[in-house]
Amino acid sequence: MIQSHATAEEIHGHPALQHHFENMEQQREAGTLGMWVFLVTEIMFFGGMFLAYTLYRSTYPQAFASASNHLDITLGTLNTGVLILSSLTMALAVYFTQVGKRQPQILCLVLTLILGLTFLGVKAFEYYDKYESALIPGHLIPSHPFDPHVHHEGDPPNPHAIELLPGATLRQVELFYWIYFAMTGMHALHMIIGAGLLTFLLIYSLKGRFDPEYHSPVEIIGLYWHFVDIVWIFLFPLLYLLGRHFGHGG
Amino acid sequence: MSEHIVSVRVYLTIFMVLLAGTLLTVLAAFQDFTFHIGNRTLALNTPIALLIATTKATFVVLYFMHVRYSSRLIWVIVAAALFWMAILFALTFSDYWTRGWLPIGI
Repeated sequence: MIQSHATAEEIHGHPALQHHFENMEQQREAGTLGMWVFLVTEIMFFGGMFLAYTLYRSTYPQAFASASNHLDITLGTLNTGVLILSSLTMALAVYFTQVGKRQPQILCLVLTLILGLTFLGVKAFEYYDKYESALIPGHLIPSHPFDPHVHHEGDPPNPHAIELLPGATLRQVELFYWIYFAMTGMHALHMIIGAGLLTFLLIYSLKGRFDPEYHSPVEIIGLYWHFVDIVWIFLFPLLYLLGRHFGHGG
Repeated sequence: MSEHIVSVRVYLTIFMVLLAGTLLTVLAAFQDFTFHIGNRTLALNTPIALLIATTKATFVVLYFMHVRYSSRLIWVIVAAALFWMAILFALTFSDYWTRGWLPIGI
């Protein structure tokens, strides 16, 4: 009698295996494929913004260079490093799950989460600096509209003043900041969602839900995290570095 | 399990490559790669920056995201994303960049 009342676990071999999959391998592959399809839609989503960027930058190259040169290249580079390091710890978290080492896996997830939050903290600091320079475009902040100081020849140095290259106007600079805040804002939103997903992974890891047989959630959220890293890999040179070479010898 | 496990050493190597790429792109940004050939100007700063970024992204996709060890189906999905991006840019700029080429309208 006991044999005929076999549990699902005994039939399928693993408690995490859903009934509509043949085995863990098939379930894992289906999950990875689904995540990639989602990432395709994400590429399309960010692609539209990269298109807008390309279009307006090719129309107003001088203004985009002027506005870009005002961004903090040190913080931008630092954040790029932070994000790349977080991608490494995320990849290692996947690795340690695959080989069944729970302590280092949890450590890597915690590190990834801390690095992600560090990135967001630096970003918030940068945003505040733009707020102080009155570079938040339009009337997004009604009491604090877009109204930056323009640096003129012979003015005392003012970190909040923006230096306009020949042919650039403030209206065009404002357009750059619309695009800057839209793209980095959307990227930051993805980071916040990613931090939430990492918290979920952490809780489930502490409960011991993942093992070498079943680690799809770690793998899939890893894919998402690396994708957000890739978006930044393109945003960094396109937003922070585009006009730096104009500063040398005029 | 037929799943390929990427070694820690490979991950660390890719990480170093990505850091080097970041350093390289910052250093390159301060150099002026604008060339004048005859009456034509060749501005190479952005192409160089994009080349470095694309190389970095390729390493992330192939190793951190395991595409190098994934099934053909995943390759097709990734290729489809890039193909549709290409359509998005090609069709949009075939409009914007050709405006005013023909003296019609107005």
